[in-house]
Parts: sequence; C-alpha cells; structure tokens
Amino acid sequence: MTTTEDPKVATPERELGRDRRRKEDRRLITGRTRWTDNIQLTGLLHMAIVRSPLAHANIGAIDTSAAKGVPGVIAVYTGADLDAEQSSLPCAFPVNSEQAPPRMRSIAVDKVVFAGEPVALVIARSAATAKDAAELVEVDYDPLDPVLDMEAALQDGAPLVHPELGSNKWAYFELESGAAGTGGDTRQAVRDAESDDDQVVVRRRFRQQRLIPAFMEPRSVVVDPNGEQLTMWSSTQVPHIVKTMTSLLLGIPEHKVRVIAPDVGGGFGGKLQVIPEEWLTVLAARHLGKPVKWTETRSESLLSAHHGRDQIQDITITAKRDGTVTGLDVELLADMGSKMGVFTPAVPVLGAFMYNSIYKFPAYRFAVTDVFTTKTWTDAYRGAGRPEATFAIERIMDELAVELGMEPLELREKNWIKHEEFPFTTVAGLTYDSGNYEAATAKAKELFDYDGLRREQAERRQRGDVKQLGIGISTFTEMCGIAPSRLLGQLGAGAGGWEHSNIRMLPSGKVEVVIGVSPHGQGHETAFSQIVADQLGVPFDDVEILHGDTQVSSRGLDTYGSRSLVVGGISVYKAAEKVVDRAKIFAAHLLEASESDLEFTRGRFSVKGTDKGITMQDIAMAVFTAHDYPENEEPSIDAEATFDPADFSYPHGTHLCATEVDTETGEVSIRSYVCVDDIGEVVNPMIVEGQVHGGLAQGIAQALFEEAAYDESGTLLSGTFVDYTLPSAADLPSFTTDRTTTPSTTNPLGAKGVGEAGTIASTPAVVNSVLDALRQYGVKDIDMPTTPYRVWTALNTAKGTAGRGDEADIASPGAGLGSTASDISKGDTQGGHL
Amino acid sequence: MARIRTTVDGLVYEDDVEPRMLLVQYLRERLGKTGTVIGCDTSNCGACTVHLDGLSVKSCSVLAVQANGSEVLTVEGLERDGQLHPVQQAFHDNHALQCGYCTPGMIMQSIDLLGDNPDPSEQEVREGIEGNLCRCTGYQNIVRAVQDAAQKMKPGAAPASQPASSVAGGGA
Repeated sequence: MTTTEDPKVATPERELGRDRRRKEDRRLITGRTRWTDNIQLTGLLHMAIVRSPLAHANIGAIDTSAAKGVPGVIAVYTGADLDAEQSSLPCAFPVNSEQAPPRMRSIAVDKVVFAGEPVALVIARSAATAKDAAELVEVDYDPLDPVLDMEAALQDGAPLVHPELGSNKWAYFELESGAAGTGGDTRQAVRDAESDDDQVVVRRRFRQQRLIPAFMEPRSVVVDPNGEQLTMWSSTQVPHIVKTMTSLLLGIPEHKVRVIAPDVGGGFGGKLQVIPEEWLTVLAARHLGKPVKWTETRSESLLSAHHGRDQIQDITITAKRDGTVTGLDVELLADMGSKMGVFTPAVPVLGAFMYNSIYKFPAYRFAVTDVFTTKTWTDAYRGAGRPEATFAIERIMDELAVELGMEPLELREKNWIKHEEFPFTTVAGLTYDSGNYEAATAKAKELFDYDGLRREQAERRQRGDVKQLGIGISTFTEMCGIAPSRLLGQLGAGAGGWEHSNIRMLPSGKVEVVIGVSPHGQGHETAFSQIVADQLGVPFDDVEILHGDTQVSSRGLDTYGSRSLVVGGISVYKAAEKVVDRAKIFAAHLLEASESDLEFTRGRFSVKGTDKGITMQDIAMAVFTAHDYPENEEPSIDAEATFDPADFSYPHGTHLCATEVDTETGEVSIRSYVCVDDIGEVVNPMIVEGQVHGGLAQGIAQALFEEAAYDESGTLLSGTFVDYTLPSAADLPSFTTDRTTTPSTTNPLGAKGVGEAGTIASTPAVVNSVLDALRQYGVKDIDMPTTPYRVWTALNTAKGTAGRGDEADIASPGAGLGSTASDISKGDTQGGHL
Repeated sequence: MARIRTTVDGLVYEDDVEPRMLLVQYLRERLGKTGTVIGCDTSNCGACTVHLDGLSVKSCSVLAVQANGSEVLTVEGLERDGQLHPVQQAFHDNHALQCGYCTPGMIMQSIDLLGDNPDPSEQEVREGIEGNLCRCTGYQNIVRAVQDAAQKMKPGAAPASQPASSVAGGGA
C-alpha cells in the first residue's frame, strides 16, 4: 500500500497546507502496534497493586503471608519495605515558595490520603496470579474523617490531609493589574461600580466539576534492570521528564536510565505525570533483578490516575450600562486532591492570564487558593486552567448581557480587541501578537445562520414548544505553546519550555529527524515530515521522524500545552535551515562556485544563470564519501536546533452552539455546532480538523456528560465506564468547523497551537445555549454536567418559584430574564443554582 | 485446564486454558495477537472487539472456552494479499484515528455493521458503533470512514484506494 502518496499531486510544490494522510496509521489499523502492555521480555514478572478502599485512614498491620504463600508469587512489598528508597514524587511547579511540599510517597506507609492509594505490591509469574494474590493481602485501617469539601477543608479544626503542613491550604497566587502596573486597581473598580448608578455589578459562582482524562489506553509500565542500566517503557506523554526525575530522585545516574514511550494511546494531560506506579515498578524490578510489568485496569485508572478541573469560581464583573466592561475579579478555590503531581498547583495559574480573554478590561484581579482534600490528585487535563478561565468569562459575559438586556454577541464585540489593535498588551500583562475576532465571528455567524436560528428561537418561545431552542456563544482565546523558559522561571517552574530537534542526513539522501516532543496520537510523524520535506526539498516519504526514546532523543521537554508544533515543530524548522546552510558550503565547493552565486529551490542548489546544480541527496552522498570537501570543514551537514520561543501562542475562535432542550424530560441535544478557529498557518488541515473534533467532544462532554463524583465517605462513585460516561458516537453531532488565518508573528511558520482549542472553547458555548433555552422560565444556572435530571430539576424548581407568567420580553435575544439587580444587592450570587 | 481448538485469523490453534481465561487474554497472552487490546473491565469501551463466527463480540465478555470449535477474526487477519480491508483503508483515508487504541475494535465493529447494513445513514453508523468508545476523534471522521467504506464495498465499486473527495481541511 502506498499510504502517503496522493495521486492528485505527483511532485508537490509545497507540503505545508496539504492534507497528507498519516504515516502513523499503517501499524495502528493493522494491529502491529507497540503498546507498552504488548511488550514481552524473557523472565518478565507481573505486578499487581493493593490499593486503599478508604479515603483517609491510618494504616495498622498488613498481613502478606497468605499472598506470599500463593504458588507463583515472587514477592510482596509494603510501604514500610520500600520507604527508605521511594523518595518523593516531584512537583515541578509548586507555586508556594514559602513551604516545603509534603512528602509525596508512591506507596503509603502510615496513612492513606485517598481511596485508591497503593499500600502493597504483589509480584508474580503471571498477571492473573499477582491479582489473585493481591486479594489475599490483609490491611488493617483505622478510619479518619475524609476531607471532601474545599470550603470546609479551609475551616479551623478541619481534619488535615497532611498534618505536617498545619493546614489544608497549600498555595495562594494572586495577579492584580493595579499592583502589577498593567491596569487599574481592581478592588477600587468594583467599589466604584457598586456606588455608580450608571454601572452594574454581576457576581456569580461557577463550579468546575472534577473530570477524568480517560485516555483509551490504560497506563502500563515495564522496567528492565539490565546490569547497571535501567530501561523503562511507559505509556507516558513525558519520557524525558520521567527520565530526569527518576534519575534525580531515585538516585540512578541519569546516563544509566533510558525511558521509552512506545505507541501511547492518548493522554490529554492524563499521562503528563511521573506516576507512583512507574517508580514502584522500578523498585520492584531493582529488588528482584528481573523485568517487571504493571498494567492497570480501567477501574484502577479512573481511581488513581490524576483527575482534572475541580474548581469553585467566584466571578465579579462590572460594566457601564452601555456594555463597556470596567473590571473583572476572579477568586478561585482549586482542589488539588491529596497529592501534588508535576503541575498540580500550577494548573489554575495557567488560567491566571486568561480570564480577561479577548476583552479590554481596565482592571483585573485573579486569585487562587490551592486546597488539599482526600480525593485523587488532580493535574493537567486538556486545556489545564484555560478551559476553566474560558468557561468563567464566557458564562459571565452572557450573565452581563442578560443584566444589561444586550445581545450577547454585540456585548462581546463592544469589548473585544479590534483586529487593528494588534499586537495588544492585555490587562494581565500578555501581548497577543495577532488575531481577528471580527473575521472569525462573522464567518461563524454565517455558517451557523445565527439570525435564522434566533428567529426560530423566538418562534418556538412564542409557540411554547416542548423543545426550546438555545443559542450559546464562546468567543475564546488561549495561551499555549508552553513556552518561554525565562517566563516559566519567573513564575516558579522547575524547568523551561524549549524544545530540541536534530536532523541526520543519511548517505542515500534519506533523512532522520529526532524530535524531543513525544506524540500520542497527534500525528507528529506526518506533520513534521511535511515541514522537513519543504525545507530540504526532499520527498515527504524520505523523512523518518524518531521520537519517544531518551536514548535516541536525548533532549526534549515532551508534549503538553499545545506545544508540539509551535515549539517542537519550530525547532525542526530551524534545524532544517541549518542543514541547508551547511549543505550550501559543500554545494559551492562541488560546483566550484561562490556561495553567493547559488540558489536553493526544491532540494537543488543551482548556480544562478546556468544549468549547473546539485541535489541535496547528491550532497549527502558526497559528504558521506568525503573524498572531496572544503578545507577547514567537517564532513557533515547534520544539524540540531533548540527553540525557546519568545512568547506563547494565542489561537482564538468563535464557537456557536444551538441546543434543543426538552422541557418535559430535561434532555439536551445539540442541534448544530459551528466553530471557526484561527490557529494561524496550518501544516496539515486534516490533522488540525481532527484535533478540533476531538477537542470539541471533550469540552462538550464536560458540559453535558462527565463528572467524577464522590460519596460522603470519599469513595469514587464514577469508577468505571458504566458510571463515568464518555460520550459515544450516538451522543455527539457532526460539527461544522472552519478557519480564519491570522499568522502568528512569533514563529517562522506563523503557526499557533491547536491541540486544546476545541476543549477550551466549547464547554461554555454548550452551557450558555442550555441556559439561553431555559432563562425564560427563570432558570439562572445549572451545574455541569447539565444532565437531564439536573435540567428537569432546575426547570421545575424555577417554575415552582417563579411561575411561567414571569417571562417578559421573551422574544428578545438574551431575554433579560436571568440575573436581576435585586439578586446582587441581596448577595444572592447563585440564583437558581443547583 | 480445558482443551480448546480454535481457528484464529485463518490458523488453527490448540491450547489448554484456564476455564476463567477471557478470549481477549487468550488472544493477547497465548497467541501474541496483541493487535486486539483491552480498554476497560466492564465491556463498555469495545476496544477488544473481534469477530466470533462472523459476528462482532467484545472479546473481554467471551471466555476462551466459549470460542472452542469457533472461528475468530481479529484486526490482524483482515489484510488479503497485502491489501487492506476496505474499512481499514477508509479509516486511513478519512483520518478516522488519532492515537489508534480504539481503532482495532472500531474497525471490527464497523465491518460487522456494514454486514448488517451495507448503506447506513450517518445516524445508523453512530448507533451501530455506540458500543465502541473513542476519546480522540469526536467520531466525526469515523462516521465518514464507515460511510466511505460502504460506498467502496458496494458491488461493482472500484478497489479501495484514495477517497473520492478530500476530507477535512474545511476552509482557509
């Protein structure tokens, strides 16, 4: 099969912008895959983990004798057996510089702090034997009160997750435009608005429910201790980070650790972690001198792999009655769960610069308090801090529109940065390099038939249809492409955000490109081949992208934060530029011409004005034979490049969602979803569209379907796919996606990140549409996910208190039926909140 | 231990297995058929879907002993003379996979669906694959792929190669 040839273009002029079919697909569609759990090694042992059923308890005696007696069991370890060598899991971005983080053990010793925490390991000849024997480990627990509610956790006298800290509060981070010199004093702005009849103040509390990344491939680790070297295969997004942290913290010399991320089945931030299970597999393998494999079950994954979101957001917006915004205040509580992972405390901080979004607020304050609870740890999940920010600002803009009786898109346009104002330095201190919100919105409105749907909405309201139509808007931006190393350092991150690539020119003219970013479904092999093919003028199929093995790719900071193309891809681009520069020296020598007389077009150096020339492939062979090359030059045209961007990347877009809400059953169905994203220049439109589709599905799932729920004892209720309900094909619509293009000015490709955009943008569009359908009945808010039960309950509660007779002016968009000034004066920040 | 005799991807195997061994474990651990994967433990995700005597089953919900005397087809047995099955080709052509973990099960279920309904509507495809979860694609290109394969598999259709029209890349 010729997987990558497109007969439409025999000799492509340009690879960038082409819908190249993916190089990755062949092995994935034929089952010749390299998932970690597929790995078999001679003498491989299997590990099962005994996990705590309780959220918070002291550990008493652990009886391992029955497990040890099972034929085929090689060893059983408890936390006490391994504590001297297990170190503490790393937090690369603690946010709190005043306190040492609590020790984060991979396996509990005296006390467990979440249901699912490892308490014993069983290693056996087969996975089945290990699991059987794990059932026989008897652990005595002395239960402690769980810590489940963030506000209660901060009260005096609350039980403490980590008593050595003296509090469940970990970190507090504040960004305030008055103090930072990037805008006015926010508290003063709010006070001014409160005492000004010509201004309004809208306060709302939003709840970001807890989500689970739920990558399809369960995590798996294989560790092979081989003499003094240790090889780890892990289903991870971050092999380089795992290698460095394993070396530094478990005390294995860095050059003796090799980490391989083979085929990795999705991550979405959920595999951006140094996981306890990686280190426990290392410790077991090291003790036994044998290769050991651990593969989790789905239930284990939902219980113990890090969760995401889980914030309480208190948002205050102020504006003049003409709609001009005057201030924004954001106060968050963020649930870290029981432990800190690599980025846990930093996730809300990634949103700190984004609540002001595309709008010109003169004053802005962001504050977050990170709280420990006895739940599964949280960390990055697709978007990480930015979906939360986008949800809050796009929800409160609708609330403000209702308050002012303004059309919600007009309110947004009145306040957003106009295309001629770029580059624009925001009140949060970031400089957005480029964008055109007018263009994206105009295109989205047209594709959506915004005016037509508004008319239909009004008609349905007048008719009193059982199924009411709601229209939701999200005009978002985000910062991604993580990113500038110096800035990350100023914010307190443990490492920067550069990325590294190198290009090896093989004698036959084929090209090997080693990249530091580590794919798990994004299509790097295809997209980066397109970049290299254009730059070097070699065929797309002649390029091989090597990744995911720290012994092949020694330098990299891996894949997250929509950084692969705009950081990693640019390092590839720059390495290719260097190859061309090197090749030119050899071309000039071989052609007996001056370098200044050469031009490079589609893989061939030619002497201007003559037919003399030499191809990149011929140069590669000449450099390999090295019989004839310039004095004072090394016989090599290979090159490497490290790219550290000067700034983040700021994609944006306009997302419009129409939902039909059944007022009798509470069922919500998406009638139409249109998004127009501006992600700058595009390498492969097909891959981009796929990223947008998947991102939308996950953002919509937060709005409508998913929640990690706990009971009052701290037990995860949604611990299987029966209860944690990922959307199926039948739950989602077909999306209409399109693009506008405003090239980024901060990288030579003009590209902006796309991996997280759909997820960041879509959640508020959906929830705004649900509320838009129901405001006429007095419904002011519904917690996510807006399940039929919650919608039905909100509707009936509102009808019971307000009655349908209250709906005035129901035909006007936004309808002015949500919040009222009296709500605010009474301090009722939640309205019809459930 | 129980003795079973099965035909898997066209080859006959005889093995002694524990009665509790699942078909998916037998395929992966005993036969090395790791193209079929495990994604959950509650038969929700469908990643392990194979064909048992011509019908799709979630191989985590079938005991190996139940496959005794039966024919099993996995994603590894779909190619014929180096040619991809039209559904495999359509998944590639329509960018119907990203990480690829759900893909073997999704392909096997899609083939089963097309056996029942050779020309499904979009909604029929969505309902036909609703027992298979994908976290990457939002399903849109999977639906396209199944419908594309349906066209290619119609009697008299040309052998599968490239799609008739470009997918994706909407606009700009």
